[in-house]
Amino acid sequence: MIKSIVIKSLIQNITVWIISLIAVIPVLLIFINAVKTVSESSSMNFALPRRIQFENFTTVIEKGKLSHSFLNSLMYSSISSFVCIFISAMAAFVLVRNRTRLNRFLYLFIIMGIALPLNYFTLIDVMKWTELLNTRAGIIVLYMVTQIPFSVFIIYGFIGSLPKELDEAGVIDGCGPKRLFFSVIFPMLQPAVVTVFILSFLNTWNEFVLPLYYLNSAQKWPMTLAVYNFFGQFQQSWNLVSADILLTILPIVIIYLLGQRFIIAGMTNGSVKG
Amino acid sequence: MTKRMYPFYFIAIALVFYLVFAVIPSLMGIFLSFTDWNSYSRVTHFIGFDNFATIFSSDENYLHGIKNTIVFTISTIILKTVIGLFLAELVNKKIKFKNLHRVLIFMPAIIPMLVVGIIFKSIFNPEYGLINEALRTIGLGQWTQQWLTDVQWAFKSIIAVDVWKGTGYIMVILLAGLQSISHSYYEAAEIDGATAMMKFRFITLPLLLPALTVTTVLNLLYGLKIFDTVYVLTNGGPGYTTDVVYTQVFSQFSLGSYGVGTALITVLFVIMTILGYVAIRLMSREEYNG
Repeated sequence: MIKSIVIKSLIQNITVWIISLIAVIPVLLIFINAVKTVSESSSMNFALPRRIQFENFTTVIEKGKLSHSFLNSLMYSSISSFVCIFISAMAAFVLVRNRTRLNRFLYLFIIMGIALPLNYFTLIDVMKWTELLNTRAGIIVLYMVTQIPFSVFIIYGFIGSLPKELDEAGVIDGCGPKRLFFSVIFPMLQPAVVTVFILSFLNTWNEFVLPLYYLNSAQKWPMTLAVYNFFGQFQQSWNLVSADILLTILPIVIIYLLGQRFIIAGMTNGSVKG
Repeated sequence: MTKRMYPFYFIAIALVFYLVFAVIPSLMGIFLSFTDWNSYSRVTHFIGFDNFATIFSSDENYLHGIKNTIVFTISTIILKTVIGLFLAELVNKKIKFKNLHRVLIFMPAIIPMLVVGIIFKSIFNPEYGLINEALRTIGLGQWTQQWLTDVQWAFKSIIAVDVWKGTGYIMVILLAGLQSISHSYYEAAEIDGATAMMKFRFITLPLLLPALTVTTVLNLLYGLKIFDTVYVLTNGGPGYTTDVVYTQVFSQFSLGSYGVGTALITVLFVIMTILGYVAIRLMSREEYNG
Protein backbone atom coordinates (compact mmCIF):
# COMPACT_ATOMS: atom_id res chain seq x y z
CA MET A 1 0.00 0.00 0.00
CA ILE A 2 2.62 2.51 1.13
CA LYS A 3 4.92 1.35 -1.63
CA SER A 4 2.29 1.95 -4.31
CA ILE A 5 1.66 5.48 -2.99
CA VAL A 6 5.38 6.24 -3.16
CA ILE A 7 5.56 4.97 -6.74
CA LYS A 8 2.48 6.92 -7.71
CA SER A 9 3.85 10.16 -6.31
CA LEU A 10 7.20 9.48 -7.98
CA ILE A 11 5.48 9.08 -11.35
CA GLN A 12 3.50 12.26 -10.78
CA ASN A 13 6.61 14.23 -9.91
CA ILE A 14 8.51 12.94 -12.94
CA THR A 15 5.60 13.69 -15.27
CA VAL A 16 5.36 17.24 -13.99
CA TRP A 17 9.08 17.78 -14.48
CA ILE A 18 8.89 16.50 -18.06
CA ILE A 19 6.02 18.86 -18.83
CA SER A 20 7.73 21.84 -17.25
CA LEU A 21 10.80 20.98 -19.29
CA ILE A 22 8.77 20.92 -22.52
CA ALA A 23 7.43 24.35 -21.59
CA VAL A 24 10.87 25.90 -21.07
CA ILE A 25 13.04 24.02 -23.58
CA PRO A 26 12.60 26.58 -26.38
CA VAL A 27 13.59 29.38 -24.01
CA LEU A 28 16.64 27.45 -22.77
CA LEU A 29 17.60 26.82 -26.38
CA ILE A 30 17.71 30.58 -26.93
CA PHE A 31 19.76 31.17 -23.78
CA ILE A 32 22.44 28.66 -24.77
CA ASN A 33 22.67 29.58 -28.43
CA ALA A 34 22.81 33.30 -27.75
CA VAL A 35 26.39 32.94 -26.48
CA LYS A 36 27.77 30.63 -29.20
CA THR A 37 29.72 31.36 -32.35
CA VAL A 38 28.00 31.28 -35.73
CA SER A 39 29.27 27.81 -36.60
CA GLU A 40 28.42 26.36 -33.18
CA SER A 41 24.87 27.65 -33.48
CA SER A 42 24.37 26.55 -37.09
CA SER A 43 22.50 23.60 -35.70
CA MET A 44 20.45 24.89 -32.79
CA ASN A 45 20.98 22.36 -30.03
CA PHE A 46 21.97 22.05 -26.40
CA ALA A 47 25.71 21.54 -26.92
CA LEU A 48 27.49 23.99 -24.64
CA PRO A 49 29.61 26.71 -26.25
CA ARG A 50 33.40 26.36 -26.04
CA ARG A 51 33.73 29.98 -25.00
CA ILE A 52 30.89 32.27 -23.98
CA GLN A 53 30.53 34.94 -26.67
CA PHE A 54 29.25 38.00 -24.84
CA GLU A 55 30.11 40.18 -27.82
CA ASN A 56 27.05 38.75 -29.59
CA PHE A 57 24.94 41.08 -27.51
CA THR A 58 26.87 44.21 -28.44
CA THR A 59 26.79 43.18 -32.11
CA VAL A 60 23.05 42.69 -31.94
CA ILE A 61 22.37 45.96 -30.16
CA GLU A 62 24.34 47.76 -32.88
CA LYS A 63 23.08 45.93 -35.95
CA GLY A 64 19.53 45.39 -34.80
CA LYS A 65 19.13 48.99 -33.56
CA LEU A 66 17.75 47.44 -30.42
CA SER A 67 18.03 50.43 -28.12
CA HIS A 68 15.82 52.36 -30.51
CA SER A 69 13.07 49.79 -30.71
CA PHE A 70 13.37 49.10 -27.00
CA LEU A 71 12.55 52.73 -26.26
CA ASN A 72 9.69 52.61 -28.77
CA SER A 73 8.19 49.54 -27.12
CA LEU A 74 8.66 51.01 -23.67
CA MET A 75 6.92 54.20 -24.73
CA TYR A 76 4.02 52.46 -26.52
CA SER A 77 3.33 49.98 -23.74
CA SER A 78 3.71 52.23 -20.73
CA ILE A 79 1.82 55.29 -22.02
CA SER A 80 -1.04 53.29 -23.49
CA SER A 81 -1.41 51.08 -20.40
CA PHE A 82 -1.24 54.06 -18.08
CA VAL A 83 -3.85 56.18 -19.87
CA CYS A 84 -6.04 53.15 -20.49
CA ILE A 85 -6.21 52.35 -16.79
CA PHE A 86 -7.20 55.88 -15.86
CA ILE A 87 -10.00 56.26 -18.36
CA SER A 88 -11.19 52.66 -17.86
CA ALA A 89 -11.28 53.06 -14.09
CA MET A 90 -13.21 56.34 -14.40
CA ALA A 91 -15.73 54.71 -16.72
CA ALA A 92 -16.03 51.57 -14.60
CA PHE A 93 -16.55 53.65 -11.47
CA VAL A 94 -19.59 55.49 -12.85
CA LEU A 95 -20.90 52.36 -14.57
CA VAL A 96 -20.89 50.46 -11.26
CA ARG A 97 -22.22 53.22 -9.04
CA ASN A 98 -24.93 54.59 -11.27
CA ARG A 99 -26.68 51.57 -12.74
CA THR A 100 -29.23 53.14 -15.00
CA ARG A 101 -30.62 51.23 -17.93
CA LEU A 102 -28.33 53.14 -20.27
CA ASN A 103 -25.24 52.45 -18.17
CA ARG A 104 -25.96 48.73 -17.96
CA PHE A 105 -26.21 48.69 -21.73
CA LEU A 106 -23.00 50.72 -22.10
CA TYR A 107 -21.13 48.28 -19.87
CA LEU A 108 -22.12 45.31 -22.01
CA PHE A 109 -21.45 47.36 -25.14
CA ILE A 110 -17.90 48.17 -24.01
CA ILE A 111 -16.96 44.67 -22.85
CA MET A 112 -18.27 43.26 -26.14
CA GLY A 113 -15.03 44.74 -27.43
CA ILE A 114 -13.19 41.78 -25.92
CA ALA A 115 -14.72 39.63 -28.65
CA LEU A 116 -14.98 41.94 -31.63
CA PRO A 117 -12.40 41.97 -34.42
CA LEU A 118 -10.89 45.29 -35.49
CA ASN A 119 -11.53 46.29 -39.08
CA TYR A 120 -8.04 47.12 -40.34
CA PHE A 121 -9.28 48.55 -43.62
CA THR A 122 -11.71 51.19 -42.44
CA LEU A 123 -9.49 51.93 -39.46
CA ILE A 124 -6.99 53.38 -41.96
CA ASP A 125 -9.53 56.02 -42.94
CA VAL A 126 -10.23 56.87 -39.33
CA MET A 127 -6.47 57.13 -38.71
CA LYS A 128 -6.14 59.47 -41.68
CA TRP A 129 -8.95 61.75 -40.49
CA THR A 130 -7.47 61.95 -37.03
CA GLU A 131 -3.99 62.42 -38.57
CA LEU A 132 -2.64 59.48 -36.59
CA LEU A 133 -1.64 57.22 -39.47
CA ASN A 134 2.00 56.16 -39.28
CA THR A 135 2.65 58.08 -36.06
CA ARG A 136 3.76 56.94 -32.63
CA ALA A 137 0.73 58.61 -31.06
CA GLY A 138 -1.49 56.58 -33.38
CA ILE A 139 -0.09 53.26 -32.19
CA ILE A 140 -0.41 54.38 -28.57
CA VAL A 141 -4.07 55.30 -29.10
CA LEU A 142 -4.82 52.00 -30.84
CA TYR A 143 -3.11 49.96 -28.12
CA MET A 144 -5.07 51.89 -25.53
CA VAL A 145 -8.36 51.23 -27.32
CA THR A 146 -7.67 47.51 -27.65
CA GLN A 147 -7.06 47.25 -23.88
CA ILE A 148 -10.11 49.28 -22.76
CA PRO A 149 -12.77 46.51 -22.82
CA PHE A 150 -10.74 44.06 -20.75
CA SER A 151 -9.60 46.75 -18.28
CA VAL A 152 -13.17 47.97 -17.77
CA PHE A 153 -14.25 44.37 -17.22
CA ILE A 154 -11.66 43.67 -14.49
CA ILE A 155 -11.92 47.04 -12.72
CA TYR A 156 -15.75 46.94 -12.86
CA GLY A 157 -15.72 43.67 -10.93
CA PHE A 158 -13.33 45.14 -8.38
CA ILE A 159 -15.19 48.41 -7.78
CA GLY A 160 -18.34 46.37 -7.21
CA SER A 161 -16.70 44.98 -4.07
CA LEU A 162 -15.93 48.45 -2.62
CA PRO A 163 -18.62 49.62 -0.18
CA LYS A 164 -20.71 52.56 -1.32
CA GLU A 165 -20.33 54.11 2.14
CA LEU A 166 -16.87 55.23 1.00
CA ASP A 167 -18.49 57.52 -1.56
CA GLU A 168 -20.97 58.82 0.99
CA ALA A 169 -18.19 59.62 3.44
CA GLY A 170 -16.38 61.44 0.66
CA VAL A 171 -19.47 63.46 -0.20
CA ILE A 172 -20.04 64.44 3.44
CA ASP A 173 -16.45 65.66 3.58
CA GLY A 174 -17.25 67.86 0.59
CA CYS A 175 -15.60 66.01 -2.28
CA GLY A 176 -16.64 66.73 -5.83
CA PRO A 177 -16.73 63.81 -8.31
CA LYS A 178 -13.11 64.30 -9.39
CA ARG A 179 -11.78 64.52 -5.82
CA LEU A 180 -13.91 61.54 -4.82
CA PHE A 181 -12.55 59.43 -7.64
CA PHE A 182 -8.91 60.45 -7.57
CA SER A 183 -8.31 60.75 -3.82
CA VAL A 184 -10.72 58.18 -2.40
CA ILE A 185 -11.60 55.53 -4.96
CA PHE A 186 -8.56 55.24 -7.22
CA PRO A 187 -6.07 54.54 -4.37
CA MET A 188 -8.38 51.76 -3.17
CA LEU A 189 -8.19 50.13 -6.59
CA GLN A 190 -4.49 49.42 -6.29
CA PRO A 191 -4.56 45.59 -6.55
CA ALA A 192 -6.78 45.66 -9.63
CA VAL A 193 -4.78 48.49 -11.16
CA VAL A 194 -1.46 46.68 -10.73
CA THR A 195 -2.89 43.56 -12.35
CA VAL A 196 -4.43 45.41 -15.25
CA PHE A 197 -1.28 47.44 -15.80
CA ILE A 198 0.97 44.38 -15.94
CA LEU A 199 -1.40 42.51 -18.24
CA SER A 200 -1.93 45.34 -20.64
CA PHE A 201 1.79 46.13 -20.61
CA LEU A 202 2.60 42.51 -21.54
CA ASN A 203 -0.14 42.37 -24.18
CA THR A 204 1.01 45.53 -25.91
CA TRP A 205 4.70 44.65 -25.59
CA ASN A 206 4.02 41.34 -27.37
CA GLU A 207 1.65 42.75 -29.98
CA PHE A 208 2.90 43.21 -33.53
CA VAL A 209 -0.14 43.20 -35.79
CA LEU A 210 -1.10 46.86 -35.41
CA PRO A 211 2.41 48.19 -36.13
CA LEU A 212 2.56 45.71 -39.02
CA TYR A 213 -0.50 47.35 -40.54
CA TYR A 214 0.01 50.97 -39.51
CA LEU A 215 3.71 51.77 -39.09
CA ASN A 216 5.76 51.71 -42.26
CA SER A 217 8.99 53.28 -41.03
CA ALA A 218 11.49 51.08 -39.20
CA GLN A 219 12.35 54.02 -36.95
CA LYS A 220 9.03 53.63 -35.16
CA TRP A 221 8.95 49.85 -34.89
CA PRO A 222 8.52 48.19 -31.54
CA MET A 223 10.86 45.39 -30.44
CA THR A 224 8.74 42.53 -31.77
CA LEU A 225 8.81 43.84 -35.34
CA ALA A 226 12.47 44.76 -35.07
CA VAL A 227 13.36 41.23 -34.00
CA TYR A 228 11.33 39.76 -36.85
CA ASN A 229 13.05 42.02 -39.33
CA PHE A 230 16.43 41.11 -37.84
CA PHE A 231 15.58 37.43 -38.28
CA GLY A 232 14.84 38.13 -41.95
CA GLN A 233 18.30 39.65 -42.44
CA PHE A 234 20.40 37.29 -40.33
CA GLN A 235 18.66 33.94 -40.80
CA GLN A 236 22.01 32.19 -41.13
CA SER A 237 23.43 33.49 -37.85
CA TRP A 238 21.29 31.75 -35.27
CA ASN A 239 23.60 32.96 -32.51
CA LEU A 240 22.80 36.59 -33.30
CA VAL A 241 19.12 35.85 -33.78
CA SER A 242 19.10 34.12 -30.39
CA ALA A 243 20.89 37.02 -28.71
CA ASP A 244 18.40 39.41 -30.25
CA ILE A 245 15.46 37.30 -29.04
CA LEU A 246 16.98 37.00 -25.60
CA LEU A 247 17.24 40.77 -25.21
CA THR A 248 13.66 41.15 -26.48
CA ILE A 249 12.09 38.71 -24.05
CA LEU A 250 14.32 39.50 -21.06
CA PRO A 251 12.22 42.47 -19.85
CA ILE A 252 8.96 40.54 -20.00
CA VAL A 253 10.41 37.42 -18.41
CA ILE A 254 11.66 39.59 -15.53
CA ILE A 255 8.30 41.34 -15.20
CA TYR A 256 6.62 37.95 -15.31
CA LEU A 257 8.81 36.41 -12.61
CA LEU A 258 8.40 39.44 -10.35
CA GLY A 259 4.71 39.90 -10.94
CA GLN A 260 3.51 36.37 -11.65
CA ARG A 261 1.22 36.48 -8.65
CA PHE A 262 -0.63 39.47 -10.11
CA ILE A 263 -0.58 38.14 -13.65
CA ILE A 264 -2.04 34.77 -12.79
CA ALA A 265 -4.55 36.38 -10.45
CA GLY A 266 -5.60 38.83 -13.14
CA MET A 267 -5.93 36.26 -15.84
CA THR A 268 -8.15 34.07 -13.70
CA ASN A 269 -10.01 37.00 -12.17
CA GLY A 270 -13.57 37.51 -13.24
CA SER A 271 -13.49 34.13 -14.90
CA VAL A 272 -13.73 31.82 -11.91
CA LYS A 273 -15.89 32.73 -9.01
CA GLY A 274 -15.82 29.90 -6.46
CA MET B 1 -26.75 63.07 -5.61
CA THR B 2 -26.18 60.15 -7.97
CA LYS B 3 -26.25 62.40 -10.99
CA ARG B 4 -23.89 64.97 -9.55
CA MET B 5 -21.36 62.52 -8.06
CA TYR B 6 -21.25 60.12 -10.99
CA PRO B 7 -21.05 62.37 -14.04
CA PHE B 8 -21.47 60.92 -17.51
CA TYR B 9 -18.22 62.41 -18.80
CA PHE B 10 -16.32 59.86 -16.67
CA ILE B 11 -17.70 57.20 -19.00
CA ALA B 12 -17.56 59.38 -22.07
CA ILE B 13 -13.76 59.58 -22.39
CA ALA B 14 -13.25 55.81 -22.71
CA LEU B 15 -16.48 55.47 -24.67
CA VAL B 16 -15.50 58.03 -27.30
CA PHE B 17 -12.13 56.36 -27.95
CA TYR B 18 -13.83 52.98 -28.16
CA LEU B 19 -16.49 54.28 -30.52
CA VAL B 20 -14.14 56.15 -32.84
CA PHE B 21 -11.42 53.51 -33.18
CA ALA B 22 -13.31 50.23 -32.76
CA VAL B 23 -17.05 50.54 -33.34
CA ILE B 24 -17.26 53.09 -36.14
CA PRO B 25 -14.65 51.32 -38.33
CA SER B 26 -16.60 48.08 -37.96
CA LEU B 27 -19.87 49.74 -38.95
CA MET B 28 -18.19 51.51 -41.89
CA GLY B 29 -16.81 48.12 -42.83
CA ILE B 30 -20.26 46.59 -43.08
CA PHE B 31 -21.26 49.35 -45.49
CA LEU B 32 -18.04 49.24 -47.54
CA SER B 33 -18.14 45.47 -47.94
CA PHE B 34 -20.92 46.06 -50.46
CA THR B 35 -18.64 48.22 -52.64
CA ASP B 36 -15.63 47.71 -54.92
CA TRP B 37 -13.44 49.78 -52.58
CA ASN B 38 -9.69 49.50 -53.26
CA SER B 39 -6.54 51.44 -52.55
CA TYR B 40 -6.03 52.65 -56.12
CA SER B 41 -9.10 54.73 -56.81
CA ARG B 42 -10.93 57.28 -54.74
CA VAL B 43 -14.37 56.42 -56.12
CA THR B 44 -16.23 53.41 -54.86
CA HIS B 45 -19.24 51.79 -56.47
CA PHE B 46 -22.03 49.87 -54.87
CA ILE B 47 -21.77 46.28 -56.10
CA GLY B 48 -24.28 44.49 -53.92
CA PHE B 49 -23.33 41.07 -52.62
CA ASP B 50 -20.49 40.50 -55.12
CA ASN B 51 -17.75 40.48 -52.47
CA PHE B 52 -19.64 37.93 -50.41
CA ALA B 53 -20.29 35.87 -53.52
CA THR B 54 -16.52 35.89 -54.11
CA ILE B 55 -15.83 34.76 -50.57
CA PHE B 56 -18.32 31.92 -50.68
CA SER B 57 -17.58 30.80 -54.24
CA SER B 58 -15.80 27.50 -54.61
CA ASP B 59 -13.43 28.85 -57.30
CA GLU B 60 -11.65 31.01 -54.78
CA ASN B 61 -9.59 30.07 -51.77
CA TYR B 62 -11.57 31.88 -49.09
CA LEU B 63 -13.75 28.94 -48.10
CA HIS B 64 -10.56 27.00 -47.50
CA GLY B 65 -9.36 29.73 -45.14
CA ILE B 66 -12.67 29.71 -43.29
CA LYS B 67 -12.52 25.92 -43.03
CA ASN B 68 -8.96 26.07 -41.67
CA THR B 69 -9.96 28.69 -39.12
CA ILE B 70 -12.78 26.43 -37.90
CA VAL B 71 -10.52 23.35 -37.80
CA PHE B 72 -7.93 25.35 -35.88
CA THR B 73 -10.50 26.66 -33.41
CA ILE B 74 -12.10 23.30 -32.68
CA SER B 75 -8.85 21.36 -32.38
CA THR B 76 -7.19 23.95 -30.13
CA ILE B 77 -10.29 24.08 -27.91
CA ILE B 78 -10.23 20.30 -27.48
CA LEU B 79 -6.46 19.91 -27.09
CA LYS B 80 -5.95 22.85 -24.74
CA THR B 81 -8.90 21.88 -22.56
CA VAL B 82 -7.99 18.20 -22.28
CA ILE B 83 -4.26 18.76 -21.73
CA GLY B 84 -4.94 21.80 -19.52
CA LEU B 85 -7.31 19.81 -17.34
CA PHE B 86 -4.82 16.95 -17.07
CA LEU B 87 -2.05 19.39 -16.06
CA ALA B 88 -4.29 21.20 -13.58
CA GLU B 89 -5.16 17.88 -11.91
CA LEU B 90 -1.48 16.95 -11.87
CA VAL B 91 -0.26 20.24 -10.40
CA ASN B 92 -3.09 20.14 -7.86
CA LYS B 93 -1.72 16.86 -6.45
CA LYS B 94 0.78 16.68 -3.63
CA ILE B 95 3.87 17.23 -5.72
CA LYS B 96 7.07 19.01 -4.83
CA PHE B 97 7.79 22.56 -6.07
CA LYS B 98 4.14 23.05 -7.01
CA ASN B 99 4.45 26.79 -7.49
CA LEU B 100 7.63 26.51 -9.55
CA HIS B 101 5.91 24.12 -11.96
CA ARG B 102 2.93 26.42 -12.27
CA VAL B 103 5.22 29.34 -13.11
CA LEU B 104 7.21 27.30 -15.65
CA ILE B 105 4.20 25.77 -17.42
CA PHE B 106 2.53 29.17 -17.69
CA MET B 107 5.70 30.81 -19.09
CA PRO B 108 5.05 30.19 -22.83
CA ALA B 109 1.92 32.36 -22.55
CA ILE B 110 3.94 35.52 -21.94
CA ILE B 111 6.48 35.12 -24.76
CA PRO B 112 5.58 37.10 -27.89
CA MET B 113 4.15 34.92 -30.65
CA LEU B 114 6.57 36.45 -33.14
CA VAL B 115 9.50 35.18 -31.06
CA VAL B 116 7.86 31.79 -30.48
CA GLY B 117 7.46 31.53 -34.25
CA ILE B 118 11.13 32.17 -34.90
CA ILE B 119 12.23 29.68 -32.24
CA PHE B 120 9.95 26.96 -33.60
CA LYS B 121 11.16 27.63 -37.14
CA SER B 122 14.53 26.50 -35.86
CA ILE B 123 13.11 23.59 -33.85
CA PHE B 124 11.10 22.37 -36.85
CA ASN B 125 13.97 22.73 -39.31
CA PRO B 126 14.20 19.44 -41.24
CA GLU B 127 18.03 19.27 -41.31
CA TYR B 128 19.31 20.65 -38.04
CA GLY B 129 16.12 21.24 -36.04
CA LEU B 130 15.82 19.92 -32.51
CA ILE B 131 12.88 17.61 -33.21
CA ASN B 132 14.35 15.81 -36.20
CA GLU B 133 17.78 15.56 -34.54
CA ALA B 134 16.21 14.10 -31.43
CA LEU B 135 14.25 11.59 -33.53
CA ARG B 136 17.43 10.55 -35.37
CA THR B 137 19.37 10.23 -32.11
CA ILE B 138 16.88 7.82 -30.58
CA GLY B 139 16.79 5.82 -33.80
CA LEU B 140 13.45 6.96 -35.14
CA GLY B 141 14.94 8.56 -38.24
CA GLN B 142 12.00 7.40 -40.34
CA TRP B 143 9.68 9.62 -38.30
CA THR B 144 11.45 12.83 -39.30
CA GLN B 145 9.28 15.20 -41.31
CA GLN B 146 9.39 18.46 -43.20
CA TRP B 147 7.23 19.86 -40.41
CA LEU B 148 6.41 23.25 -41.86
CA THR B 149 6.67 22.64 -45.60
CA ASP B 150 4.91 19.30 -45.95
CA VAL B 151 1.24 19.76 -46.87
CA GLN B 152 0.33 16.90 -44.53
CA TRP B 153 2.11 18.34 -41.52
CA ALA B 154 2.22 22.14 -41.78
CA PHE B 155 -1.19 22.87 -40.27
CA LYS B 156 -0.74 20.23 -37.57
CA SER B 157 2.59 21.78 -36.60
CA ILE B 158 0.93 25.20 -36.33
CA ILE B 159 -1.74 23.76 -34.04
CA ALA B 160 0.95 22.05 -31.96
CA VAL B 161 2.85 25.31 -31.44
CA ASP B 162 -0.32 27.10 -30.46
CA VAL B 163 -1.23 24.38 -27.98
CA TRP B 164 2.29 24.56 -26.55
CA LYS B 165 1.91 28.29 -26.05
CA GLY B 166 -1.69 28.42 -24.84
CA THR B 167 -2.21 25.40 -22.60
CA GLY B 168 -0.49 26.87 -19.54
CA TYR B 169 -3.00 29.70 -19.47
CA ILE B 170 -5.94 27.30 -19.62
CA MET B 171 -4.31 25.17 -16.94
CA VAL B 172 -4.07 28.12 -14.57
CA ILE B 173 -7.77 28.97 -14.95
CA LEU B 174 -8.82 25.34 -14.44
CA LEU B 175 -6.46 25.03 -11.48
CA ALA B 176 -8.17 27.98 -9.81
CA GLY B 177 -11.46 26.22 -10.47
CA LEU B 178 -10.20 22.94 -8.99
CA GLN B 179 -8.89 24.68 -5.88
CA SER B 180 -12.27 26.22 -5.23
CA ILE B 181 -13.92 22.77 -4.93
CA SER B 182 -14.32 21.86 -1.28
CA HIS B 183 -12.43 18.79 -0.05
CA SER B 184 -15.43 17.57 1.91
CA TYR B 185 -17.15 16.38 -1.29
CA TYR B 186 -14.25 14.09 -2.06
CA GLU B 187 -14.06 12.84 1.51
CA ALA B 188 -17.77 12.05 1.54
CA ALA B 189 -17.44 10.22 -1.77
CA GLU B 190 -14.50 8.22 -0.45
CA ILE B 191 -16.54 7.07 2.52
CA ASP B 192 -19.20 5.91 0.08
CA GLY B 193 -16.49 3.97 -1.75
CA ALA B 194 -16.24 6.03 -4.95
CA THR B 195 -13.36 5.28 -7.33
CA ALA B 196 -11.06 8.01 -8.66
CA MET B 197 -12.87 7.89 -12.00
CA MET B 198 -16.26 8.29 -10.32
CA LYS B 199 -15.02 11.21 -8.24
CA PHE B 200 -13.78 12.93 -11.38
CA ARG B 201 -16.98 12.24 -13.29
CA PHE B 202 -19.49 13.15 -10.57
CA ILE B 203 -17.72 15.81 -8.49
CA THR B 204 -14.89 17.46 -10.42
CA LEU B 205 -16.50 17.82 -13.83
CA PRO B 206 -19.86 19.29 -12.77
CA LEU B 207 -18.27 21.69 -10.30
CA LEU B 208 -15.66 22.72 -12.84
CA LEU B 209 -18.27 23.55 -15.44
CA PRO B 210 -18.16 27.35 -14.92
CA ALA B 211 -14.36 27.35 -15.35
CA LEU B 212 -14.64 25.09 -18.41
CA THR B 213 -17.20 27.47 -19.92
CA VAL B 214 -14.78 30.35 -19.48
CA THR B 215 -11.83 28.52 -21.03
CA THR B 216 -13.97 27.39 -23.97
CA VAL B 217 -15.18 30.93 -24.60
CA LEU B 218 -11.63 32.29 -24.40
CA ASN B 219 -10.28 29.60 -26.73
CA LEU B 220 -13.14 30.14 -29.16
CA LEU B 221 -12.67 33.90 -29.39
CA TYR B 222 -8.90 33.45 -29.68
CA GLY B 223 -9.12 30.70 -32.29
CA LEU B 224 -11.43 32.56 -34.65
CA LYS B 225 -9.11 35.57 -34.64
CA ILE B 226 -5.95 33.53 -35.14
CA PHE B 227 -3.35 35.32 -37.25
CA ASP B 228 0.07 35.60 -35.66
CA THR B 229 0.83 31.89 -35.20
CA VAL B 230 0.14 31.16 -38.86
CA TYR B 231 1.76 34.36 -40.10
CA VAL B 232 5.12 33.72 -38.44
CA LEU B 233 5.32 29.96 -39.00
CA THR B 234 4.16 29.51 -42.60
CA ASN B 235 2.40 32.71 -43.70
CA GLY B 236 -0.29 30.53 -45.27
CA GLY B 237 2.14 28.26 -47.11
CA PRO B 238 3.02 25.84 -48.59
CA GLY B 239 0.86 27.24 -51.35
CA TYR B 240 -2.34 28.24 -49.63
CA THR B 241 -2.73 25.12 -47.49
CA THR B 242 -2.45 26.78 -44.09
CA ASP B 243 -4.26 30.04 -44.90
CA VAL B 244 -6.74 31.22 -42.26
CA VAL B 245 -9.20 34.12 -42.50
CA TYR B 246 -6.84 36.70 -41.04
CA THR B 247 -3.83 35.80 -43.19
CA GLN B 248 -6.15 36.22 -46.18
CA VAL B 249 -7.29 39.56 -44.78
CA PHE B 250 -3.66 40.62 -44.49
CA SER B 251 -2.83 39.63 -48.06
CA GLN B 252 -5.91 41.52 -49.31
CA PHE B 253 -4.63 44.49 -47.35
CA SER B 254 -1.20 44.26 -48.98
CA LEU B 255 -2.80 43.87 -52.43
CA GLY B 256 -4.98 46.90 -51.85
CA SER B 257 -8.28 45.17 -52.63
CA TYR B 258 -10.08 46.47 -49.59
CA GLY B 259 -13.60 45.47 -50.64
CA VAL B 260 -13.07 41.71 -50.33
CA GLY B 261 -10.94 42.11 -47.22
CA THR B 262 -13.59 44.21 -45.51
CA ALA B 263 -16.25 41.68 -46.47
CA LEU B 264 -14.14 38.93 -44.88
CA ILE B 265 -13.85 40.90 -41.64
CA THR B 266 -17.56 41.66 -41.77
CA VAL B 267 -18.39 37.96 -41.94
CA LEU B 268 -16.21 37.44 -38.88
CA PHE B 269 -17.66 40.51 -37.19
CA VAL B 270 -21.19 39.15 -37.44
CA ILE B 271 -20.16 35.72 -36.11
CA MET B 272 -18.15 37.24 -33.26
CA THR B 273 -20.93 39.64 -32.30
CA ILE B 274 -23.34 36.75 -31.84
CA LEU B 275 -20.80 34.55 -30.03
CA GLY B 276 -19.53 37.48 -27.96
CA TYR B 277 -23.06 38.37 -26.88
CA VAL B 278 -23.78 34.79 -25.81
CA ALA B 279 -20.41 34.58 -24.04
CA ILE B 280 -20.92 37.79 -22.11
CA ARG B 281 -24.38 36.73 -21.02
CA LEU B 282 -22.93 33.41 -19.85
CA MET B 283 -20.02 35.01 -18.00
CA SER B 284 -21.96 37.78 -16.27
CA ARG B 285 -24.91 35.57 -15.46
CA GLU B 286 -24.64 35.96 -11.71
CA GLU B 287 -25.22 39.65 -12.11
CA TYR B 288 -28.66 39.14 -13.56
CA ASN B 289 -29.62 36.43 -11.13
CA GLY B 290 -28.45 38.33 -8.09
